[in-house]
Amino acid sequence: MYKLTHLKELESESIYVLREVAAQFERPAILFSGGKDSIVVTYLAYKAFYPAKIPFPLLHIDTGHNFQETLDYRDALVEKLGAQLIVGSVQESIDTGRVKEEKGYNASRNRLQTTTLLDTIEKYKFDACIGGARRDEEKARAKERFFSHRDEFGQWNPKNQRPELWNIFNGRKNMGEHFRVFPISNWTEMDVWQYIYQENIPLPSLYFTHERKCFLRDGQWLAAEPCMTLKPIEVVETRRVRCRTIGDITCTGLTISEANNLEDIISEIAATRVTERGGRADDKRSETAMEDRKKEGYF
Amino acid sequence: MNTNGYLDMELLRFTTAGSVDDGKSTLIGRLLYDSKSIFEDQLEAVEAASRSRGNEEVNLALLTDGLRAEREQGITIDVAYRYFATPKRKFIIADTPGHVQYTRNMVTGASTADLAIILIDARNGVVEQTVRHSYIASLLGIPFITVCVNKMDLVDFSEDVFNEICLNYKKMAETIGIRAELRFIPISAKHGDNVVTDSTNMPWYDGGTLMNLLETVSIDHKMGDSAQPMRMPVQYVIRPISDKFPDYRAYAGRMAGGVLRAGDRIRVLPSGLESTVKSIMQDDKELEIAHTPESVSVLLNDDIDISRGDMLVPATAQQPVITQQLKMRCCWFNETEMQLRKRYIIRTAVAETVGMVQSVDYKVDVNTLEKVEGVSSLKMNDIAVINVKTSQPLVVDDYASNRITGSLIFIDPDSFETIGAGMVVVES
Repeated sequence: MYKLTHLKELESESIYVLREVAAQFERPAILFSGGKDSIVVTYLAYKAFYPAKIPFPLLHIDTGHNFQETLDYRDALVEKLGAQLIVGSVQESIDTGRVKEEKGYNASRNRLQTTTLLDTIEKYKFDACIGGARRDEEKARAKERFFSHRDEFGQWNPKNQRPELWNIFNGRKNMGEHFRVFPISNWTEMDVWQYIYQENIPLPSLYFTHERKCFLRDGQWLAAEPCMTLKPIEVVETRRVRCRTIGDITCTGLTISEANNLEDIISEIAATRVTERGGRADDKRSETAMEDRKKEGYF
Repeated sequence: MNTNGYLDMELLRFTTAGSVDDGKSTLIGRLLYDSKSIFEDQLEAVEAASRSRGNEEVNLALLTDGLRAEREQGITIDVAYRYFATPKRKFIIADTPGHVQYTRNMVTGASTADLAIILIDARNGVVEQTVRHSYIASLLGIPFITVCVNKMDLVDFSEDVFNEICLNYKKMAETIGIRAELRFIPISAKHGDNVVTDSTNMPWYDGGTLMNLLETVSIDHKMGDSAQPMRMPVQYVIRPISDKFPDYRAYAGRMAGGVLRAGDRIRVLPSGLESTVKSIMQDDKELEIAHTPESVSVLLNDDIDISRGDMLVPATAQQPVITQQLKMRCCWFNETEMQLRKRYIIRTAVAETVGMVQSVDYKVDVNTLEKVEGVSSLKMNDIAVINVKTSQPLVVDDYASNRITGSLIFIDPDSFETIGAGMVVVES
């Protein structure tokens, strides 16, 4: 008797969306951050077009504040897939005066990425950027479409989105406009981990427990890397931690954890009572921080 | 740790219809909360946001109303998708409230739903809105409708009240020709009666809780069985053009009906050319059989011309219709009115052409369900039966027999917005 599991159905939907991107757009790219969601999207793209190569380059917006493990993983994956890698550098945007670096202890390049991203999209004339955002992550993302239209300023207009019915995706656009496409919109954090487990997808070591120099700020452990400025009262300690999400160092919270394999991580997530973005400093800036950044053109 | 459980779960998509006053947000909040799908930081954020708005009770609507304008105005603008899971199933809720764009939102949410929950306030019974919601659920072909008679605590958990509402609903359902399988559950979303746990207040009811129904209702309709005619719209042609795969040519698509086996004789529409299936691939694995709704790629034994927009169907079983003249039920979404003889882009799952509306048979008043004839344009939220002529032939099925191959959208040729949806009627 045939059994349609939730992971099979989600996988099938995502592959369908990725193939629609390849069919409807001229210059798509995968927004690759090195986090588990963009890793899963890239893996699904591999499946969608096998035995042909993924027909889009991977685009990484590098804040210059990335964990070395993320960059190593990215380079190894690109080589394995035979994919093209394009890097947009936030440092370069700062150096050329496109953006101004934030000051203070909570300074982050998270928001600056938007300018670098939009500049890179324009430079390479990308007409669809595929991202790993999920609707369960954040309340503004809960209203996001699979095919999300962006105007010529790269902005999102959440009040007037195109209705999306059945599995018909409308990627028509005018010159200068582009789309963000989110193939794993319907996946939850748990689905992503279960899928990684089922498919045995390799992940950056940051997701598993390791010893790291870190410090506590506002109840959240952060990595004590050179790009972080510590307040006088903050003390660097060595702890056994892992990342639940991976972003820029300045906004990636670390979880005290002994989980060193996927089964343990899944158990840990099943028991947790805090969302994964609960550890993200970038979302805590205001009640609608994500929506505000998304409107400007953020991921 | 035993991981078999969660790798074995199923997926159910459902939509919820009802106004704020019917307790819809409370019901969704209850399902999420009792299944432990609301996290502490989310609850804290909602509590804080409720307090800062001067709400006395925690306003669970703030969980789904994520946009700034929604939170400021206390309204819901857009379809919100919510997720929760129990050990048996993962659930996707398309929460479709809205004021001005109500019909558009509900049609959108209903298009992919396996089940619709229709909420009725036990004090008010079947009202105009109930009829409208049920009509749309039925129009979109949702296989199951579950009527939750809510606020039973406010009618003393009366069996008579419940029975009368059920009776009235069934009468209405018969009048408008609802084909979905109906279920009725007396609940109190606020207190949790019959939502996740059995109610001790209604010993006369033994039909099980809403959660029990959501966990056990059949999802077989999603999977094509051998009896349903096979459909595979071709999305994309995979051609590696590499040394390892020099002449490889596979047709990629998502199964939209029935099953496909290696060796099956197939026909390509609209060309009508035939071949046999050499192999079916799912990424790097070869499949004996492909089921709906899997994404696969198909290799054929003959070198024939196939491209995006074509459809693979069985050579012998029931065929779709190939036509430039379509009758359909249509819902209009845009402030710009539908005009007769104006050119619109018409898109099915994988094919696109240009078409114009030649005539409107009648418009349906969604509140009274009366047919209004003599109409020559459609406004936002209007539902009508229309006749469309297309420049290229489309390969379609009757929507009632296949929701994927029987559906299409209208795209504005200037703004490229999605401005309407169509459900094909094939008259036999």
